[in-house]
Amino acid sequence: MKKLLVFSFLWCSAYALAEGPSTVAITNAKIVTVSGQVYAKGTVVLKDGLIEAVGDNVTVPPDAWVVPGEGMTVYPGLIDALSTVGIPGAAPAAAGRGGRGGATQAQTAAPAAPAAPAERSWGPEDRPQTTSWLLAADELQAGDKRVETVRGSGITTAVTYPTRGIFGGQGSVIDLVSGEKPAEMVLVPSVGQYISMSGGRGFGGGGGFPSSLMGIIAYVRQLYLDANHYKLVKDAYARNPRGMQRPEYDRALEGLMASPRFLLPANQAVEIDRMLRFGAELKGISPVPQSMILYGAREAYSPEAVTLLKKANVPVLLSLRWPTPPARSADGDDSNETLRTLRERDQAPNAAAALVKGGVKFALYSDGTDAPRDFQRAVKKAIDAGLSREDALRALTVWPAEIYGIADRVGSIEKGKIANLVVTKGEIFDDRTQIVMVFVDGKKYTPEPPAAGRGGPATDEPGAGGNQ
Amino acid sequence: MKKLMLGILAALAPLGAQTFVIQNATVMTEGSKGIFKGSVVVKDGKIADVGERVMVPAGATIIEAGGLYLIPGIIDCHSHIAGSGGINEGSVSVSSMVNIKDIINPDDISIYRALAGGVTTANILHGSANSIGGQTLPLKMRWGKSAEEMIFAGATPGIKFALGENPKRAGNPQGGRGAVGAIQISARYPATRMGVEDVIREAFNDAKAYKAEWDAYDAKAAMGEHPIAPRTDLKLQALKEVLENKRYVHVHCYRADEILMMIRAADDNGFKVRTFQHVLEGYKVAKEIKEHGAGASTFSDWWAYKIEAIDAIPFNAALMAKKGIVVSLNSDDAELMRHLNTEAGKAMKYGGMSETEALAMVTINPAIQLGIDKTVGSIEVGKDADLALYDGFPMSDFAKVTKVWIDGTQYFDRDKEVAAQAAKDTEKQQLLDKEKATQRPQTNRRPNQ
Repeated sequence: MKKLLVFSFLWCSAYALAEGPSTVAITNAKIVTVSGQVYAKGTVVLKDGLIEAVGDNVTVPPDAWVVPGEGMTVYPGLIDALSTVGIPGAAPAAAGRGGRGGATQAQTAAPAAPAAPAERSWGPEDRPQTTSWLLAADELQAGDKRVETVRGSGITTAVTYPTRGIFGGQGSVIDLVSGEKPAEMVLVPSVGQYISMSGGRGFGGGGGFPSSLMGIIAYVRQLYLDANHYKLVKDAYARNPRGMQRPEYDRALEGLMASPRFLLPANQAVEIDRMLRFGAELKGISPVPQSMILYGAREAYSPEAVTLLKKANVPVLLSLRWPTPPARSADGDDSNETLRTLRERDQAPNAAAALVKGGVKFALYSDGTDAPRDFQRAVKKAIDAGLSREDALRALTVWPAEIYGIADRVGSIEKGKIANLVVTKGEIFDDRTQIVMVFVDGKKYTPEPPAAGRGGPATDEPGAGGNQ
Repeated sequence: MKKLMLGILAALAPLGAQTFVIQNATVMTEGSKGIFKGSVVVKDGKIADVGERVMVPAGATIIEAGGLYLIPGIIDCHSHIAGSGGINEGSVSVSSMVNIKDIINPDDISIYRALAGGVTTANILHGSANSIGGQTLPLKMRWGKSAEEMIFAGATPGIKFALGENPKRAGNPQGGRGAVGAIQISARYPATRMGVEDVIREAFNDAKAYKAEWDAYDAKAAMGEHPIAPRTDLKLQALKEVLENKRYVHVHCYRADEILMMIRAADDNGFKVRTFQHVLEGYKVAKEIKEHGAGASTFSDWWAYKIEAIDAIPFNAALMAKKGIVVSLNSDDAELMRHLNTEAGKAMKYGGMSETEALAMVTINPAIQLGIDKTVGSIEVGKDADLALYDGFPMSDFAKVTKVWIDGTQYFDRDKEVAAQAAKDTEKQQLLDKEKATQRPQTNRRPNQ
């Protein structure tokens, strides 16, 4: 015990210097590898940021710093499949002129700058609300306070996106290390294009085209058609530029074509149906191979939605921000609530279990549910609604890793994978479970224990303080 | 609990298409058989026989309809229900790149309510904010089916145009003379009726150039050459389809002068207006509308709700019909949509239409205007079994719809709906109680708030 205390003290100072031992062994802990077996009393060895060995018969290297793991459980680091963490001031997309002309207030230059004055968009040619070329990896800021908060939930890896506008930009997979250089965080620079349909400034404020859902859909379709044509002309020019006018460079289309997949929003079953059809259409138009992901999926508890998703074989990111009742008036009058809304609120947390049962590949994502207690509670809600604890863990580790094609480096405790681990006292996602330490890239972080008084109820809107 | 919910679902789910005979009803066919008392046989979703005496197919369900009235399902030529995320793309003067088809919302309760008013088909139009609006299409009110399944298969798609005050957008921050106050934004052209005409003509100049470019490309490609295809422009593509007679033009209009302007603009550009919508001054220019070959879809007796509706008369529908125009009465509204039967009835009062002529204005006439009269709009052998059963003379204020079928499938049953109401109320209360019981006390609420 005394040894452990001394050890912790030393390590704290090491953390302050942003350095740690290169070799660590967690011994005699319960190890849930996710990909393989559970070791009731096992050892995991981390070396130079990678998992060196795991098992119940592992020799602890002589140079390893030892964490006695009695009474503790080790899980793979959790992956948040859709986040904005690390991009504190993700600049909003300009209302107009994203692609051509170049008269834009460049977001890349000053991500934290306030929104540029609205420039009215007159149609798809103005590339409204588009920053498809933005790369999350380039927007990362080392000092983002949310990194630490989110890590407190056991999240070691996040797929973080620029989310403003219709074409927000390209997401990056990042490890939640606290360092000097944001570049240290990046696992994969571009994994997909974030497409939003919820509007932004075009709505009501006179920001111009598009100002309706059908306008947004038409715009997205037109941008894909333009990308298709752009590629056609560019390729022809590359083959033989003589006698041919050069095609005008269009960064909105370049950004689109640089994205290996696209994310479409869909909550209601009707929207899931709509976006599955639309996504299939976009894949057909796209000049480069792209896969699709749906995010939101609130009504995925309905058999119709599950059937559609299974049939389309499209992976889903399920929001952990379960619908909550609106603030009730003082007299408690709730007569305006429709049966439909009430059913949705009642059944929404069943979605995860329904997706498992229906054989749909999915991952859970925080959707701005940052505070560790809120996050834990949100996952627990899905477990209470029928999701097994094992599948809850998979939906936050190996499944998102598979969806993004990074299961060869993160998502489970295996030799050679990145040393991202969560060490808990108690079963993960339980109310009373304490996250003792988190390893990211082999670096140890000790989450702050919840402050006194923080044990109260979840906020009405989980993650309302988020950066979305 | 689960059992209860299943029970409700079963009660709401439309019964599959089956063979049945509606007998002893007063049948208003709007077809060659006129009005008679007898039976209608439905088989495989189609009308199999109609007559005073029919052969009852083996195993057919008999629906006794003595004292009841059977009419063709009502068709609304102008509706804005069943869409998600706005029905106007009002930011630009020409929004023909948008399409209602992309935002069909089969969950809109207005669909079910329209069914309860006997409506089986509705032409879902883009709003009237733009000189040239979005692409449109007719839907069948197949409540409970998916967006794709709602679409009226084989129907020619349309596009919405609009003239007069709405596209001028006077006082609207998206257009007119622009916004005043906090948000400084550029105003949208046009701000006058002259401008509306200009927008339409300019758009067709562009569309013709676009069409020429594609026609040249298609011709080269047909010769076996491999030219680079022109850029697909969704906005001009829709207008190219208008020029190729592949897309119907439905024009929102009020005044006689703008109707004449539209006819000239269409003639000059080589396309036809399929219907004039609202067309409250149509009675002044009925001859010209008839000559152009357009239909007219108007209101019964709504007037003076805006400056350009000041010269409306309730005789408009009858007067235009007497000039030989195919006239329909539309709702333009989710509530009015539920009693289009009485709107038709008003044509009997104002203008002395017969009951058949009046009912035609919400059944066969809109079917003709939408080009779907081969399959719907009347009770005739071989047509889709889209039927509405009323408990009294259908154009009476007191008549209620008891049953509605589309393609021989029952989508509305008044008795079942009324019977299911109690269970729905119970479920709602249970859900509310459950939520209250599980809710945590709200400690973050400030006192005395």
